[in-house]
Amino acid sequence: MRGRWRAGEIRELAPWAAVILASAVCIALRGRAPWLNDLPPRMMIPVGEWFNAFMDWFTGAFKGLFRAINWLLSWPLAGTQALLQWLPWPATIAGFCALAWAASGRRLALFTALALFYMALTGYWSPSMNTLGSVFISIPLALAAGFLIAVAAHRSARVDRVVQPMLDLMQTVPTFAYLIPILLLFGFGPVVGVVASAIYACPPMVRNTILGLRRVPREVLESGLICGATKRQLFRWVQVPSALPNIMVGVNQTTMAALSMVIIAAIIGGSADIGWEVLSTMRKAQFGQSLLAGIVIALIAMVLDRISWGFADRARTRAVRRRRPGRTGPLKPWFTALALMAVCVALAAFIPAARTYPEAWTVYPADLINDGLRFITANYSEVTNAIKHTVLFYYLLPLKVGLANAVSPFSWGFALTPAMIWGYALLTAVIAWRLFARHGGRAALAAVLVGALLYFGVTNLPWPPFILATTLLAWQVGGLRVAVLSLCGWLFMLFTGVWAQAMLSVYMCAAAVIVCALLGGALGVWAGYNRRVSNFLRPVNDTLQSMPLFVILIPFLMFFQVGEFTSFLAIIAYAIVPAIRYTEHGLRNVPAETVEAAQSMGATPWQVLWGVKMPLAIPEIMLGVNQTVLFALAMLVITALVGSRGLGQSVYIALSSADAGLGLVAGLGIALVAIIADRIIQSWSTGRKEALGLL
Amino acid sequence: MNAPVKISCRNVWKVYGEDPAQFFPGGNGDIEDPRALWEEFEARGHIGAACNVSFDVRTGEIFVIMGLSGSGKSTMVRCLSRLIEPSAGQVLVDGGDLLQLSDRELIEFRRHKMGMVFQNFGLLPHLSVLENIAFPLKVQNINPRKREARAREVIQLVGLEGREDSFPRQLSGGQQQRVGIARSLAVEPEMWFLDEPFSALDPLIRRQMQNEFLRLQKLLHKTIVFITHDFLEALRLADRIAIMKDGQIVQLGAPAQLVLNPADDYVAEFTKDVPRARIITAGEIADIRQTAGPCRLNRRIDAHTTLEQLMPLLGRHPEGLLVQRGGADIGVVTPQQVVRALASERD
Repeated sequence: MRGRWRAGEIRELAPWAAVILASAVCIALRGRAPWLNDLPPRMMIPVGEWFNAFMDWFTGAFKGLFRAINWLLSWPLAGTQALLQWLPWPATIAGFCALAWAASGRRLALFTALALFYMALTGYWSPSMNTLGSVFISIPLALAAGFLIAVAAHRSARVDRVVQPMLDLMQTVPTFAYLIPILLLFGFGPVVGVVASAIYACPPMVRNTILGLRRVPREVLESGLICGATKRQLFRWVQVPSALPNIMVGVNQTTMAALSMVIIAAIIGGSADIGWEVLSTMRKAQFGQSLLAGIVIALIAMVLDRISWGFADRARTRAVRRRRPGRTGPLKPWFTALALMAVCVALAAFIPAARTYPEAWTVYPADLINDGLRFITANYSEVTNAIKHTVLFYYLLPLKVGLANAVSPFSWGFALTPAMIWGYALLTAVIAWRLFARHGGRAALAAVLVGALLYFGVTNLPWPPFILATTLLAWQVGGLRVAVLSLCGWLFMLFTGVWAQAMLSVYMCAAAVIVCALLGGALGVWAGYNRRVSNFLRPVNDTLQSMPLFVILIPFLMFFQVGEFTSFLAIIAYAIVPAIRYTEHGLRNVPAETVEAAQSMGATPWQVLWGVKMPLAIPEIMLGVNQTVLFALAMLVITALVGSRGLGQSVYIALSSADAGLGLVAGLGIALVAIIADRIIQSWSTGRKEALGLL
Repeated sequence: MNAPVKISCRNVWKVYGEDPAQFFPGGNGDIEDPRALWEEFEARGHIGAACNVSFDVRTGEIFVIMGLSGSGKSTMVRCLSRLIEPSAGQVLVDGGDLLQLSDRELIEFRRHKMGMVFQNFGLLPHLSVLENIAFPLKVQNINPRKREARAREVIQLVGLEGREDSFPRQLSGGQQQRVGIARSLAVEPEMWFLDEPFSALDPLIRRQMQNEFLRLQKLLHKTIVFITHDFLEALRLADRIAIMKDGQIVQLGAPAQLVLNPADDYVAEFTKDVPRARIITAGEIADIRQTAGPCRLNRRIDAHTTLEQLMPLLGRHPEGLLVQRGGADIGVVTPQQVVRALASERD
């Protein structure tokens, strides 16, 4: 077996040699030059303080305006919530069922009825209605604003140039970070949640509406023009209806985002909603209670998701609809529903139980769950602890602080001797050499980098090699623009004093993404080969993806308590979804002819998978990994609630101390990590697709 | 063919790029040396789609613009309806310049004078067949009852009865294009533009639709500009054909003219596989000089007789036949002339 350089590899890899050399120098010198690990405070740029000063001025100057908006919004909010509280519960259920029926049919109506009944049954009716009231105010706000922004961006290239990067930023800045400035501007109260939710939920509507308008086929537009349609007619009768399927997908995503943010907004308190129920009980470690309330959130999410998706689906496949002009066919079910609701209201006047669900009928097995949990932790804590410690000591810790620090008598049972270190270095070298022989210089380089990273640990690396390496990677994969973005992004974090936190976040995110990619990839392959697995995974994925983030924390928190391991699991549970989906999608979309060609040559299924399907699907799979990174970072912030460290924790601290500057810096930090990773992976995937002729 | 000119396209240019107007001071397309101008703006980063295109379309004529993809044919038909704004030149309809119309006037003009059929149908996916066809009338704010009645008429015309309430996605390609045709005819336009209307259809359906199209034209007598990349389709349908290449018209004439006298190798390449016997007619090869002489022939045929039909007759009358158009003798055809016409592959 002889290694050889492939075309262009030497030129590509030469700078890496320089980076490795520089890293070695940095690591050797860092004992004497501590600024290599983190900059001293006097070198920091006080961006956070500047922003705080700005916010002070801004809130002072525009206090009246925001108070007015607050006042203006508080009326419809209070009205909606009061209406939902006043409506007898059977009437509300009937109304939702009618909506579900119209969206999708009998099955969804039944599910909706059961879901709402659960809220009454467990006694969570009132907080649930408050949450729904907030959501019903924020959704139309987000939809209207999103639609208008999208139309403006569609009409004017200049607006579009401003809007697109804003969307990127808004979808990567963590949810908590939104809350701080809004909190400062609007003051405490339920309106903050609504405003934050409307802003947060806006981007998907904007994106999908722009996409839909852009995708209207040229000939469809021209057919409208040639009929002599005016601009208005063209917009109302041709563009919007043709874009409707995409717009409805936007409505679905916006609905889910709005709910998610309303739930998260509970963290600032002040509203007796279901998010607060979960959060307060979680803080008191009353997991039975938080599980029961968490289920309510999950059910609300599923109901809203299925209903809005039902409408989106109908916009896509509206062919079945048969309407004769001049008849009000589709309105009839609505009258029935209204009549039914009226009957419920009337009945409620005579039967108290039909007005408010009687407390005596509630079923609330929280204590039962708590007892069960106590029993499990009492008897099986060895098992859970063993799992936790294995993963912590043999996976998370080495990645975080490196084998050099992670291997100790306490964790691994022995200390690292010089002989072991040399053995490790030799092993790395051998692996690198074998990879070089089989796959070329790139693979060998990757092995060396991974080996070094595992030895020194992500959070223990001096900053110059880290920035150099990522920027070089960005440059080689995505060109100058991505490299500049990477460099500026990291320098921003370095000089604003959140470098250490950023590295903690990078480490946690990387740890989770690696597991997601492997586990999710394996599940995706399985689903790509087996219809039954695919059919089983799809609803699970849908449900996980539409779940407001901190519901996902509950089950892991129950068994593994507060700490890094719980956050790790919660991140994986949420971020694994795209890894599974994209892998399956990528494998299924490999051209059948290519696979048949390989089979006709006599390739075994294993050879077909690794020799044909994987190489062709890898760009798509990497897009899944990209999504996984974004999802992981979003979840990472939420896991600050259960004690993860890093930028998420900083945002959380900023929120609790109303420090808008810190929130901005840390929030931007997360957004930057996300955007840098996104650009690098996307460029790689696009380049690979081009090379494979898939674009 | 002496009908009045309906559409006159004069020195029309379409140039894409930063600032195409700079090449055409005053919007004048009548350039002395078009080739040189073309090279100039290509050198300055502009791309030309139509170069100095001029032609007339007569009332009731089927005028086919034929060319391969990228030849500028779709650009031309869109310039005629101002779906694309020409960079320079004039488009005269009934003598008035279309390019001078204001937005408001253009909308009025399109509402009443134009109909267009698209390659991929351009149907509105959210409207039923009936609603799609009534759409041009809805745009004009005609009341629902009236527009439905008219739409039903056109549906009958194109043979779509029974599919009124279907949606485009539920129809086959051929049926969808019937909807497209019906929609374009709903306002009874004078000018009918068809942009590769049958290119997306299967060969068998295409043939059927071509016949249908000819039947409709016999009934309606529209002024038609028909775009296609299929030379045989052009030959079948056209009264006259313009062949475009690189944004320019390389040859313009009646089908048989193109087949008999291709202007250059490019056109000749298309005519190679043409079944000449079915295209060329007796009128086009008749020898006029021989009618004057002492007439020993008494067998007469119509000038529109194709060579395919002519050959068995000539077999029985090897001495030749008299060709007649409108009751008058216009010449003589002999077997030698037929052989020469069929054999002139490129001499």
